[in-house]
Amino acid sequence: MAAVHGDAHSHGHDDHHPSGIMRWVTTTNHKDIGTMYLWFSFTMFLVGGFLAMGIRAELYQPGIQILEPELFNQFTTLHGLIMVFGAIMPAFVGFANWQVPMMIGAPDMAFARMNNWSFWLLPVAATLLVSSFFVPGGAAAGGWTFYPPLSVQGGLGVDLMIFSVHILGASSIMGSINIITTILNMRAPGMTLMKMPMFVWTWLITAYLLVLVMPVLAGTVTMLLTDRHFGTSFFNAAGGGDPVLFQHVFWFFGHPEVYIMILPAFGIVSEIIPTFSRKPLFGYSSMVYATASIAILSCVVWAHHMFTAGMPTVGQLFFMYATMLIAVPTGVKVFNWTATMWQGSMTFETPMLFSIGFIFLFVLGGFSGVICAIVPIDIQVQDTYYVIAHFHYVLVSGALFALFAGAYYWIPKWSGRMYNETLGKWHFWLSMFFFNLTFFVQHFLGLAGMPRRIPDYNLQFADFNMVSSIGAFGFGLTQLLFLYIMISCIRSGEKAPQKPWDGATTLEWTHLPSPAPYHSFEKPPVVN
Amino acid sequence: MVSNTDTKANNLMKKKLLIFALIMFVFGFALVPFYEKFCEVTGVNNLLQPDVRVKENRVDEARWITVELDANTRGLPWQFKPLQSSVKIHPGEPVDVMYEITNNSDREINGQAIPSYSPRNLEKYLKKFECFCFTKQVLKPNETRQMPVQFVIEPDLPPEIHTVTISYTFFELPDGASAIRK
Ligand code: HEM
Ligand SMILES: [Cu+2]
Repeated sequence: MAAVHGDAHSHGHDDHHPSGIMRWVTTTNHKDIGTMYLWFSFTMFLVGGFLAMGIRAELYQPGIQILEPELFNQFTTLHGLIMVFGAIMPAFVGFANWQVPMMIGAPDMAFARMNNWSFWLLPVAATLLVSSFFVPGGAAAGGWTFYPPLSVQGGLGVDLMIFSVHILGASSIMGSINIITTILNMRAPGMTLMKMPMFVWTWLITAYLLVLVMPVLAGTVTMLLTDRHFGTSFFNAAGGGDPVLFQHVFWFFGHPEVYIMILPAFGIVSEIIPTFSRKPLFGYSSMVYATASIAILSCVVWAHHMFTAGMPTVGQLFFMYATMLIAVPTGVKVFNWTATMWQGSMTFETPMLFSIGFIFLFVLGGFSGVICAIVPIDIQVQDTYYVIAHFHYVLVSGALFALFAGAYYWIPKWSGRMYNETLGKWHFWLSMFFFNLTFFVQHFLGLAGMPRRIPDYNLQFADFNMVSSIGAFGFGLTQLLFLYIMISCIRSGEKAPQKPWDGATTLEWTHLPSPAPYHSFEKPPVVN
Repeated sequence: MVSNTDTKANNLMKKKLLIFALIMFVFGFALVPFYEKFCEVTGVNNLLQPDVRVKENRVDEARWITVELDANTRGLPWQFKPLQSSVKIHPGEPVDVMYEITNNSDREINGQAIPSYSPRNLEKYLKKFECFCFTKQVLKPNETRQMPVQFVIEPDLPPEIHTVTISYTFFELPDGASAIRK
């Protein structure tokens, strides 16, 4: 297909590509793009982390010390937006770029040029978002869920956020179209759907969720924009609109969105657990069905975020039971991972440690989720630190731990070098300790009634908040260790063999050297 | 180079998925009328419809409620105010209050008022029989109009409530639009 590869690296494809910065700007190679996604998301992780440090520094003691309330609210809002749209989601897309073609035996992503586009939209969106701190009135401050009326009233910062979300949405939709097409049309001969690695399955389903709900988010922010500037009244109560309607359309996107951030994590863990247990994944097909059921159910539970917004009792009951139902396929997955480890000859390298940590803490987050789903309890804990604890257990020790696990697992294939195992273990145990120090106590704060998104608090909450802040500073510092481990691995790690993990069975380990060559599987492998 | 990128099959798939994404974009907007219809059918949120008058009127003479009246406009050159800023009433007693609008501009304008109550859940106890918010209001240039609101606050209003607020905001309806009904 000279049409695509014809420009930069045509037929002399070995290591022939533009060098310097232009290589990265013009690249259409899935590995280059994957690398850029990963570095981008790590950068945003540091930016979002900086905001989190600001939040925890302010909450270290009662009273207002560092951040004025307006700025504090901007910090919480942008922390959420940046972590969700800038750190976690692009990181998973980075993994998909690197791994999906290699795991299904395809030479590249289906639409190489579009792939380049979907990446380069991200820095634009991120710049808009971050620069909104410096415009008059500051960044959006109404929470990452940008409910009206605040988001209708806010200043220029809200407009920048809206544009940024538009761009991020376009990037995600393009990325998903690419991933779906690659997976459905470009598998190596013999790789039937039910032989695909779990990671590929979870991404296929995630990508479908993305094309399903991302456009709805785009529509929502468009309505918000026209309410702000073109006199419509979709959400503006003063003009006959309905702010509760916003919450419905937002969460119609928002709940599937949280599964968009966790399904690929399930996929990564489902690759790592069998490798280090030296056993095939237990219940592969039930894993596939569980993933699909989670995705479908996730589209009909959105109003569990709105139990206090006013809803008829039948509605509350429906959304309560539907939400609890999601715990069933999730439980199937946890059961399968445990069964995979059962009687396996396990070893505990860093990827495995992060995966096991993931299972433990994600389950805790799932439990607090089920508790939030119980209407009478949720009416108490809504908008308190209990909810903060819940979603950090599923997003930090869930999605983020899985990303760390995946990075340690695949870095030998990507860079051709091994990371420092001792330091990796330190990274894991420190993360584990500080994470729990930060977030476990937030359950108690929430149950005792400490509201979220408020820069000051009653004296009775002081001790737990100090503990939580100390944990947060420790967790933040620990992540610099991760950066150090990765850089020193890429620069000067020991040379990695083709298959450093003897239990690994997927194509990138069995068929490709380390580091994986710039162009791999130009001739598709045969899968039996 | 053996590569199957950008084949016909892939492009077809891309087209289908793009169309699907577009449909979902439109679906987001379609949720708005769907939601309004849903609220209308299930009777949630019917602030713009008259309530039925109940025959036996228990008036709780022992209790006094202060009803504060509030008026706002949004984006239209009208002056809008209640003729009395608050009234003291007994629960169960029918009340009449008067609002006044003046069109200060030199063009004809269609307006619609949207009510909003405080405290929360007041709409359960506030029954409106007559209100200018049930229909759109058309004002000629410089016309002034007085408009009544007739309501009852039911005696089962929770006893801890002593003051309630009824607020209206007028906004402009595009020419030819009918009144908003929920
Ligand atoms: C068994 C699975 C789960 C259940 C039953 C569940 C249930 C809930 C409920 C009922 C709420 C609303 C709480 C409130 O606002 O009062 C909530 C909030 C939240 N959940 Fe979950 N959840 C589950 C898994 C997850 C997962 C896997 C993620 C993401 C990876 C997630 C992310 C979130 C987030 C981000 C919020 C807070 C949104 C906000 O208000 O800012 N949840 N969850
Ligand atoms: Cu949810």
